[in-house]
Amino acid sequence: MDIWGIVIESVVKILFVLTIMLLTVSYLVLAERKVSAWIQSRFGPNRVGWGGALQPFADVAKLLLKEDIVPKAADKTLHTLAPFLAIFIAFSTYAVIPFGPPITLFGREINLHLADVNIGVLYVLALTSLGVYAITFAGWSSGSKYSLLGGIRSSAQMISYEVSMGFSIGGVVMMASSLSPVDIIESQSGWMWNAIVQPIGFITFLVSAFAETNRLPFDLPEAEPELVGGYHTEYSSMKFASFFMAEYANMIIASGMIVMLYLGGWQVPYIEKLGLGSPFTQIIQTLSFFVKVGFLLFFFIWVRWSIPRFRYDQLMNLGWKVMFPLSLLNIVWVAVVIMLFN
Amino acid sequence: MPVKKRKKDLNLMENLYIPEIAKGLALTFKTMFKPKVTMEYPEVKFQPPASYRGRPVLVQEESGVERCVACGLCSRVCPALAIEVRASETELEKERYPEKFEINMLRCIFCGFCEEVCPEEAIVMSKDYELVFTDREDAIYGKDKLLVPVANLKDRLEFLRNFK
Repeated sequence: MDIWGIVIESVVKILFVLTIMLLTVSYLVLAERKVSAWIQSRFGPNRVGWGGALQPFADVAKLLLKEDIVPKAADKTLHTLAPFLAIFIAFSTYAVIPFGPPITLFGREINLHLADVNIGVLYVLALTSLGVYAITFAGWSSGSKYSLLGGIRSSAQMISYEVSMGFSIGGVVMMASSLSPVDIIESQSGWMWNAIVQPIGFITFLVSAFAETNRLPFDLPEAEPELVGGYHTEYSSMKFASFFMAEYANMIIASGMIVMLYLGGWQVPYIEKLGLGSPFTQIIQTLSFFVKVGFLLFFFIWVRWSIPRFRYDQLMNLGWKVMFPLSLLNIVWVAVVIMLFN
Repeated sequence: MPVKKRKKDLNLMENLYIPEIAKGLALTFKTMFKPKVTMEYPEVKFQPPASYRGRPVLVQEESGVERCVACGLCSRVCPALAIEVRASETELEKERYPEKFEINMLRCIFCGFCEEVCPEEAIVMSKDYELVFTDREDAIYGKDKLLVPVANLKDRLEFLRNFK
């Protein structure tokens, strides 16, 4: 394979993934507003474009035209760095999540993920842990008590939930005996989805994912009624938009991770029995990945508008006294399953 | 501080959270498909009931003359001092008529006292709630804007006869 082929392939894939991410993020915001409206017996935004379809672009145009205000007490460098850090981490994490089986196009085999990192799961964990810095920087550098409280809460919360998240992933890694996303997906062929094999791990990972992405019921770093806007109280214009986009991009990553680790990635059970040709099978498999991610994204929004926010001590109780022991229990369970059936 | 006891302790299923959360999710999911309560304003307009107190208007008889006899009671009772009446004489049976009748809509508080005090049922609260002006002068409504044909106020007049 010549070097230019690899470069062109990578650039095309990066552009494809970035475009999809940006479009999904902007429409996720619209979906959030629509679903919340429907749950509250309202219509939601339906004035811009066809039934509100152009609302995200109107929002972006508005945010671009807003004045960028930096508080006097702010640490200018960190205050500017934080939103870029947030969005950089959110968008670079997606590189290792495969969204389809390897396909053959123009006579060359193309893997439908940006980078085949053999420690992909660790890479995602490492980058999402870095995400807490963006929020803590934002909270600390704003020079506002609300932002600072939000930042502190966020760091404490994310560290607590990362523990149970890591241990839940431990179960998955034991099943696949590999840290590579591709191997993990291939280990879940048929109905051997990890969500079915290790339901406890699935639930602990799901709950931790909610906490990691700072979504309700665990959105204490933002907690509007107590902290105004939490860590992004002092942000405006596109800096605020960056945090907003990062939050939604994190949702997409969390959904992608859940699909990859527990719902079989792009696999559709027993699809090879249908006897379709290879392009059709691959298209259906790729679509199934997007459908699964879409359903999880809807689930994130759905949960947000159904469950009230946890109190801070309840959050910590749940993290350390319930989720952590459960994820340990899950590891024991997986060990027993491997012992008995392998 | 005394510890407040719960009326009822949670049972095991409720303590597990998950079934209760599932119940809540089911409820919100059902709500998503229920009819919406929002009225889409510029296209669909709220039709108020007869008891609604919109902007006060002067009743105009079928002959084109206003009922008002310019007694000035409304102006006297108005708590916000929004009404200004200047009386004059007329050849008609009622002998007096308002030469000038102005309501400052920036002052009006829609209390309905003017309507209540009026001996002639000449000033009533209408159903009109779309009050928009771009400067303070526009907000002072003269007779040209206040006179409304009696046919358009039937609902309110009937309501007043029944309940006043």
